[in-house]
Amino acid sequence: MARGIKDKVAILGMGCSQFGERWEAGAEELMVEAFAEAMADAGIDQSQIDAAWFSTHYEEINVGKGGLPLSIALRLPNIAVTRVENFCASGSEAFRGAVYAVASGACDIALALGVEKLKDTGYGGLPGNLGGTLTPQWGANGSAPGNFAQLASAYRAKHRVNRDDLKRAIAHVSVKSHANGAKNPKAHLRKPITEADALNAPMIAEPLGLFDCCGVSDGAAAAIVTTPEIAKRLGKSNIVSVKALQLALSNGSESGHNSWDGSYFHTTRIAAGKAYKEAGIEKPREQVSMFECHDCFSITELVTMEDLQLSPEGGAIKDVMNGFYDADGQIPCQIDGGLKCFGHPIGASGIRMLYEMYLQLQGRAGERQLSNPSIGMTHNLGGSPMSNVAAVCIIGAYD
Amino acid sequence: MNFIAGGDVVGITAFGGYVPRLRLARKAIVAAHVWADPGLKGKARGERSMCNWDEDAVTMAVEAARNCLASSKSAPETVLFASTSAPFADRQNAGVISTALSLGEDLASVDVGSSQRAGVTALIQGIAGVRSGLYRNALVVAADKRRTKAASPGELAYGDGAAAVTIGNDTPLLEFVAAHSATVDFVDHFRAATETFDYTWEERWIRDEGLAKIVPPVIAKVLQKAGVKPSALSHFVMPSTIGRAVAGIAKEAGISADVVRDNLDAVCGETGAAHPLVMLLHAVETAVKPGDTILLVGFGQGCDAVVLRATAALASFKPAGGIVAALANRQEETNYQKYLAFNELVTLEKGMRAERDDYKTALTVTYRKRDMLLGLVGGRCTQCGTLQFPRTDICVNPQCKAMHTQEPHSFRDEPASVLTWSADYLTYTADPPSHYGMITFANGGRFMTDFTDVNIGEVDVGIAVRMMFRVKSFDHLRGFVRYFWKAVPVRAAAAQSAAA
Repeated sequence: MARGIKDKVAILGMGCSQFGERWEAGAEELMVEAFAEAMADAGIDQSQIDAAWFSTHYEEINVGKGGLPLSIALRLPNIAVTRVENFCASGSEAFRGAVYAVASGACDIALALGVEKLKDTGYGGLPGNLGGTLTPQWGANGSAPGNFAQLASAYRAKHRVNRDDLKRAIAHVSVKSHANGAKNPKAHLRKPITEADALNAPMIAEPLGLFDCCGVSDGAAAAIVTTPEIAKRLGKSNIVSVKALQLALSNGSESGHNSWDGSYFHTTRIAAGKAYKEAGIEKPREQVSMFECHDCFSITELVTMEDLQLSPEGGAIKDVMNGFYDADGQIPCQIDGGLKCFGHPIGASGIRMLYEMYLQLQGRAGERQLSNPSIGMTHNLGGSPMSNVAAVCIIGAYD
Repeated sequence: MNFIAGGDVVGITAFGGYVPRLRLARKAIVAAHVWADPGLKGKARGERSMCNWDEDAVTMAVEAARNCLASSKSAPETVLFASTSAPFADRQNAGVISTALSLGEDLASVDVGSSQRAGVTALIQGIAGVRSGLYRNALVVAADKRRTKAASPGELAYGDGAAAVTIGNDTPLLEFVAAHSATVDFVDHFRAATETFDYTWEERWIRDEGLAKIVPPVIAKVLQKAGVKPSALSHFVMPSTIGRAVAGIAKEAGISADVVRDNLDAVCGETGAAHPLVMLLHAVETAVKPGDTILLVGFGQGCDAVVLRATAALASFKPAGGIVAALANRQEETNYQKYLAFNELVTLEKGMRAERDDYKTALTVTYRKRDMLLGLVGGRCTQCGTLQFPRTDICVNPQCKAMHTQEPHSFRDEPASVLTWSADYLTYTADPPSHYGMITFANGGRFMTDFTDVNIGEVDVGIAVRMMFRVKSFDHLRGFVRYFWKAVPVRAAAAQSAAA
């Protein structure tokens, strides 16, 4: 049995760019913006970084392939830079690379930086993905909202929920995130909405309306990690350490074998189970203080509540409607606005989630600061419900 | 060309038809054009069949042939595809059809085209191939989706459709009696190889100088060969869009006006090279009795005439899907603009998302995966029996994962139902919203696929679907058509008749 990652790695510094439609900035400028904040927070010199992991998803409209774009944009001191790509979970993958490097002892200090420049396409929404040479010849003619919207059809059938009740619950998910995002100066979307706004918005993919879909944003986020011992040596107190970091990937059974009912994320359940074990969390609903969920669409957030064992199976609608996940609820979710309102620059999102949990744990979250959180969790998902990458990361105060 | 009656009994052993579900009301066409051509007022009657955006001559041919083969006892050794609107000028269309139907690769095949009589020509060639002993069984399938200029006579008169027959000598339903042909370079209309639309000459000249002079002598000769008197014919099947032209030919040939078959103008329109066979099938399903003698004529730069006689086997034959059922599976379309859009007769703003389809198709992949992409062939694990699509080297069953145990398994006719779905207004499709979802096959296997021929509000979890061969997408930059299979809701027969 592996010993796991718990408390082997500390976060030395983090940074996050302003998210949004950054017409004036390219990926390079966004990278520098996040990096500068992380470096100032860490209080180290560039020469102290031993290696870097760099995450972006769309190379076609972004910076291209390889680790060079990061190395060149940041003028890194000729260190190893690895580009990672794992769909919308790419940011968590970059963080994992840096954390593992430090945990192994191969590096004292490592950088994870994710960026996505999405607003160079000429239209709203995400660019289409061909997915190789075979998939476009037979894969369904879909989009991200259409892929995730299918969760709603299966969830409704399984739990016998009528359309209106589900629509109202997912509307509440978005209303909550807008309320939170309004208090976050770096968020892309900062306007509160009402339930009626969400319910009456133009249809994107049945049953998801415009406000059920997250922002398409430009942005970058960075994390600098080291060991708790080095962090102390560098004069840090109030140290936040990594408690668990797990990824689970589909192997084609959901999309090809009739054992999955289409209403939940098989991988999230596996990643969450392993992460709780790694972190020593036995009762997530009682022990998790706050979390950032991969709310690419409101329905994703709703079913993920159950996959993360925070709501009982079939019980997410009730919890959502009771305000369990609201800013003043028992487990605040998307306290920074989430993908929905902070925004979703794909390669940066996993690190952006950690950024918020880190700020909250250090008591530096400003107007949206929660009282005394001890455990923060991030759930970062890439792909589609039937085939995906699920990343669950838990961070908390280093004792 | 001379065929002599006699020898082994050869004939049509099974048949199937297909007409697209959409029927464009002619009143909608007329309403759009009457401002410019008041003379159209009288033509606002009936309806014409109309392909969905993802249908063409090949997809219609696959469906007709599939219906035909479902009630056929033997596998064809040759495939003859007749059309004047085949999507490929140089890539054998019959080969696409045979691969979609998993007919195997030890197979002869040919495309027949270039004339409206191509369907009857292919039938005669199929019969000739079997009579000669070269092939034991032949599949003849004809389909046409002719594009027409907006406001042209053809737009009102034509329809889209397909018909298929198998030829063999194992208890035919319709026995071949005789055939005769004439070749005359009479150009009533033409469409150059590089052109999209027909150029048509005056109807009166076509009727009086063409039809009336070219067809009757061929009829006389074929009936003489068959030893059948004109008055003894039970059914005369010949399409023409020119009013009373066929009646005039019948009169000239001594054929009773009572046996002239209706050309299905009111319910379907003329389906080009397929139409003689479409009309033949309709006659066989609705009027032909064992012992009846049928005269089938196709016209175009001459004429092909065939005499067939219904056998006792016809009485017990139940088509898996004939023209009657196809005509009953009907949805009226009154939006003429949609017809223009589907047929690319108007330059629409499709949005940047539509640019996604203009990628280069890896032909190496298309070939390597041809049974999967064209034939919907997946795999069956010989160790655990699990069905999966697509076929892979390692079994998808989490409890099995056996390596190299997959044997080909066709999902074409596996019963399936909807597990998850959405109607997507964001992604580009010619017929928004794009309906798609995960379908599960009752005997195992699943995949996410496009739905087609669906109405908004019709799809739900659990509804039964049937797979149909359709255009997946177009590469407009290179002129390539990609085909795959889509899910179509199974509609109750009663609902279909009610719609009709």
